[in-house]
Amino acid sequence: MAKFRHSTIEKNSILMVILTLLVVSIGGLVEIVPLYYLKSTIETVRGVRPYTPLELAGRNIYIREGCYNCHSQMIRALRDEVDRYGHYSLAAESKFDHPFQWGSKRTGPDLARVGGRYSDDWHREHLTKPTSVVPESIMPGYPFLAERPARLNDIAEHLKANATVGVPYDTDMIANAARDAAAQANPDADGIDALMKRYPKAQVRDFDGNPKSVTEMDALIAYLQMLGTLVDFKSYRADGDNLR
Amino acid sequence: MAALTPWLWVVFFAAGGIYAQQIEIRAQDEAFYAHGFIFFAFCAAGLVLTLREALRRDRYVRPADVNGSPVYNEAIVRAGVVASTFWGIVGFSVGLWLALQLAFPVLNFDLPWTNFGRLRPLHTSAVIFAFGGNVLIATSFHVVQRTCRTRLAGNIAPWFVFWGYQLFLVLAASGYLLGVTQSKEYAEPEWYVDIWLTLVWVTYLLVFMATLARRREPHIYVANWFYLAFIVTIAMLHLVNNATVPVSFFGSKSYIAWSGVQDALTQWWYGHNAVGFFLTAGFLGIMYYFIPKQANRPVYSYRLSIIHFWALIFLYIWAGPHHLHYTALPDWAQTLGMTFSIMLWMPSWGGMINGLMTLSGAWDKLRTDPVLRMLVVSVAFYGMSTFEGPLMSIKAVNALSHYTDWTIGHVHSGALGWVGYVSFGALYAMTPVLWKRERLYSLKLVEWHFWVASTGIVLYITAMWVSGIMQGLMWRAYDTLGFLEYSFVETVAAMHPFYVIRALGGVLFLAGAVIMAYNLWRTARGDIRETEPLAVTDASVQPAAA
Repeated sequence: MAKFRHSTIEKNSILMVILTLLVVSIGGLVEIVPLYYLKSTIETVRGVRPYTPLELAGRNIYIREGCYNCHSQMIRALRDEVDRYGHYSLAAESKFDHPFQWGSKRTGPDLARVGGRYSDDWHREHLTKPTSVVPESIMPGYPFLAERPARLNDIAEHLKANATVGVPYDTDMIANAARDAAAQANPDADGIDALMKRYPKAQVRDFDGNPKSVTEMDALIAYLQMLGTLVDFKSYRADGDNLR
Repeated sequence: MAALTPWLWVVFFAAGGIYAQQIEIRAQDEAFYAHGFIFFAFCAAGLVLTLREALRRDRYVRPADVNGSPVYNEAIVRAGVVASTFWGIVGFSVGLWLALQLAFPVLNFDLPWTNFGRLRPLHTSAVIFAFGGNVLIATSFHVVQRTCRTRLAGNIAPWFVFWGYQLFLVLAASGYLLGVTQSKEYAEPEWYVDIWLTLVWVTYLLVFMATLARRREPHIYVANWFYLAFIVTIAMLHLVNNATVPVSFFGSKSYIAWSGVQDALTQWWYGHNAVGFFLTAGFLGIMYYFIPKQANRPVYSYRLSIIHFWALIFLYIWAGPHHLHYTALPDWAQTLGMTFSIMLWMPSWGGMINGLMTLSGAWDKLRTDPVLRMLVVSVAFYGMSTFEGPLMSIKAVNALSHYTDWTIGHVHSGALGWVGYVSFGALYAMTPVLWKRERLYSLKLVEWHFWVASTGIVLYITAMWVSGIMQGLMWRAYDTLGFLEYSFVETVAAMHPFYVIRALGGVLFLAGAVIMAYNLWRTARGDIRETEPLAVTDASVQPAAA
């Protein structure tokens, strides 16, 4: 057998490209691919459902404004984090998130379980002028959210795109998307029962206190108020049925 | 064939123009409409220029060589030097603005286009992809021609790479300000910008490969291995991480194919290797060419180069999970990522040793050549941050450091010290060559750049170390009764002085870059600073004979 010499590779650019590609593929294949077929990757948890159309619209505003640059949505399994933010985050809780919003930096606090912690009024004040409720805050203000109507006319298309990538939105949910979005911000709407049936635990309120229109503020607060509220941790047992 | 190529480009730009025109009619949102307009202008300009080229009767094809010595395509590298300098100053300025926003939030102005959340991707993309990317494209085109002793392949293609890449940068940057983002860090541009970058990148790979194929040296020089690995791996990472389904082909929004935990690991597999292959492998290519060149010494060890290369590219890819310690990512993946991150220390330092030891027998040049000093200090910073990285990837350390400014400090010791300095060194080294000048306008100004920027880096990283570790400790502090000692906002308030110091560091680093821009501009003009006569080098600055 001919002795291997590295100069063989150095003299052949095609060989070099192919070998490089092989060498750099291995790590990703070994680490990422099993996450798709190992059942233990994502726990079986009751309660996690796709976002309501209004929550999805709010989530898109969260992404658009780059909230993830300063806020994580991933409570690590460490004592102080659990004491500060609540139960550590489960993989199941973000299984419908395209893309994920775990974040990488906490210039502000974690938001994985911010839902229900503060009132809608607090959020409205805080988003408009953060220092009005937290004097030391360094967060930017977002007063324009309350003035802009939420873009909901094509929300069904957004549900459809999500369904394409695997989120279980059924035809019923897609067909009623715009109606559901409007209903969630209006406690007097007709479609609330149907909405609640499609999306259990959905919160129906006029989130921004302005009944005249469904604003971006409505959508964003609806999203923030549902974060971390879907799983009932009183009945969740990490070592029982939910074992991963 | 050669006569046909311009026509292929004509067809390409015509098709692009037609799609852009459809965008103008059917755009679903303002950002997409604006981008359609920019794209139309780009295609129209491309069409006019390539059509003119195709119709020229006296098509002058620049000779690949004259009297047996190659005629290099230096115009493209000159363009790259200008673009790198320009984007560097843009990127550093936005970074400074962000640093000031954290110290003085009023600078957010509470407008959509100027808030921290939209500007931060602008900063990261401007420094990594605009500054770093232009430096990489320019130096790779410079290095591949000279080490292969042949002219860069293609006439239109390299310019398509250059201008196509600038279009990518403009679309990405303006998109962020308009709120167009995928929210995947360092991969924020939306689907249509990703597709455009793919076209540009494939052309880049083809130009690079075609130039290697016509080389007149039997061996491919080591710098080119690193450039090649950088180009190929970035293509792979880009395609997988950005797999997405657009809501409409005439709208900017899309949804990523992956979700939750899988998306998180895919993202950090991408994100960490954007560091590993964009900010490391590519810039190691710069190190392997410019340090030996500037020191006038061969690379220290050929064997070490081989080990460095294969070990680095193999190990780097595994390190992504260390961005997700103690999260909902399965433990086995976290531990695997940590293990490989620690192993990665070895090839990183192997590379550092190879770069530093190249100065064997030429260490005295550090006293007289500030450009070489910049290059060497960059390698020292590379060594420092590639030691800090494995340290921070240890789960127990990461429990403290993650989510804090320590990470920001770590990134900037690599970004400012390593990537920044090695780029500045390469720009200083290339400019006199490309503009056919005897030397730089002023070496004194390079000294000034070096010391001002170094002071800035020291202020920056020490402030971030202190604030990061402090904040991590405050988050986990308990009082004697077993309650958390600090509320979150108390930890925010405690960071203020360090944010001010960091911003000051940013001012100095930016000032250094402005000094460099001035120096490069005067050099290109052909000026020599009067007080620094050409003969400054030899006798006068030699150490006195012992």
